[in-house]
Amino acid sequence: MAFDRLEVEKVAQLARLHISDAEAQEVTSRINDILDLIDRMQSVDTENVEPLAYPRDVRQRLRPDEITETDRREELQRLAPAVESGLFLVPKVLD
Amino acid sequence: MIEKTATELARALHSGEISSVELTKAYLNRISALNNQLNAFITICEESALEQARAADTRRAAGDSSPLLGIPLAHKDIFCTKDQITSCGSRMLHNFTAPYDAYVVERFNAAGAVMLGKTNMDEFAMGSSNETSFFGPVRNPWDTERVPGGSSGGSAAAVAADLCAMATGTDTGGSIRQPAAFCGITGFKPSYGRVSRWGMIAFASSLDQAGPLCKSAEDAALMMNVMAGPDRRDSTCAELETEDYQAGIGQGLKGLKIGLPRQHFAEGLSAEVELRIRDALAEFEKLGATVIDIDLPNNHLSVSAYYVVAPAEASANLSRYDGVRYGYRCEQPVDLEDLYKRSRSEGFGEEVKRRIMVGTYALSAGYFDAYYRKAQKIRRLIKNDFDTAFNSVDVIIGPTSPHTAFTLGSKTDPVAMYLEDIYTIAVNLAGLPGISIPAGLCGGLPAGLHIIGNDFAESRVLNVAHQFQLATDFHRQKPALKVN
Repeated sequence: MAFDRLEVEKVAQLARLHISDAEAQEVTSRINDILDLIDRMQSVDTENVEPLAYPRDVRQRLRPDEITETDRREELQRLAPAVESGLFLVPKVLD
Repeated sequence: MIEKTATELARALHSGEISSVELTKAYLNRISALNNQLNAFITICEESALEQARAADTRRAAGDSSPLLGIPLAHKDIFCTKDQITSCGSRMLHNFTAPYDAYVVERFNAAGAVMLGKTNMDEFAMGSSNETSFFGPVRNPWDTERVPGGSSGGSAAAVAADLCAMATGTDTGGSIRQPAAFCGITGFKPSYGRVSRWGMIAFASSLDQAGPLCKSAEDAALMMNVMAGPDRRDSTCAELETEDYQAGIGQGLKGLKIGLPRQHFAEGLSAEVELRIRDALAEFEKLGATVIDIDLPNNHLSVSAYYVVAPAEASANLSRYDGVRYGYRCEQPVDLEDLYKRSRSEGFGEEVKRRIMVGTYALSAGYFDAYYRKAQKIRRLIKNDFDTAFNSVDVIIGPTSPHTAFTLGSKTDPVAMYLEDIYTIAVNLAGLPGISIPAGLCGGLPAGLHIIGNDFAESRVLNVAHQFQLATDFHRQKPALKVN
């Protein structure tokens, strides 16, 4: 599965990363090396093997639907780069 | 005094031989003398450390004798700390102050330990040499031209150079054990789910686990008594009751069955490191253990499967850094898309971006089955290999790393760097406990011995390591660092 320049742009867009023209060649070649390493997995037949997502097959715990968090909006928004009247500021999205 | 183990310091504090304030000052002095050379700390908390030390001395005067009361430690900068910056080794979070303490930090605070500062690390814990940190590389106290290992390189170097009595770290693919091996100290990764991940910045959530970096297995037990435990705020944290790990390390090794995986002694292992490991095995036999050859037939696929699973989970976890709610934001974004892209591209380093790309690709439409599902199936095979092995042995022993610490800047190829963790990664995929302890020197550099246990066999692993350390003194060997 060759990972070419076009693919790099597509994946960068999905990951919201900017890859400059200057970086593109090196990024492509490094990722191809990593995919070669990963592709060694294909040498093993795993037809009837059950996938393992977590080290042990845990079931998700349920808890009562109770309010446990307090309102810390002001405190948490102090961490934001730009805030106004309790809202996070970003560049204009709609005209 | 600063070279002593935490267990010994606890005794000295208890007997009144030294106060926590005196001890804390001694470490702070050592840090100010050596951190320029080692770059082990990102943040040094002089004022708050002395305040905590005074509080610890007051608690002791009032009759409190908690084992870690007044002992100075350092936290890897991946653990959120209220009132101190938590950078995760990244430009993205270089000015981030968490609004709460991580579970691990909470527990050490409650135990009365003194936080000296936050240690340097590979960016977002992605690396095996500590060279990906935004704050520059950490240097190995045994040879400052060499890497300390990673990603918990700052914690490992700080413990090895006596800049603290003990430190915390995290291990996703070897990030506690490999730096412990390179720096000649003890580093323990508990079973997945043994220590709560609450407040520990996520890299790969099905693999990440916190653990101690310290001067002996006995110290690791002491720290585990504080760190382990159920915590409802991490839904993957085991609800199993914790043990008294200190009480569990007094057993002799007569009759212990040690498995020696052929795959950990194959091509790629340095002859000198192998000698140290074989010597250690002879020591274990003297202590009454028997050694059996075993196979972990899918071990050679562990790095491949890991470099799908870990980047896939990382790409999801790191999507939260968007330049909007916290963390780095680029200057003058022209629109929202530009804000996201430039904040992330300028805020993350090269290795982090590479892994996000690989993970995003592995999860993208059309490739999910070939990569992600396949990796999960390989993960099952790796886990099965361990299950089979533990039917016939009590612990598995091998080298932690194929060789000793390498020189800074010598590994520029990411794949070569990834293969550094060839003996440690499978343990994370299977969620097992593993420890690295010093096994002696090779040409003046420490070699690490790796002991792997079955699920939740923390006490057994710590006991095997402790018994070895009672019979040997490799863990007492120190680098000859000169204060400039």
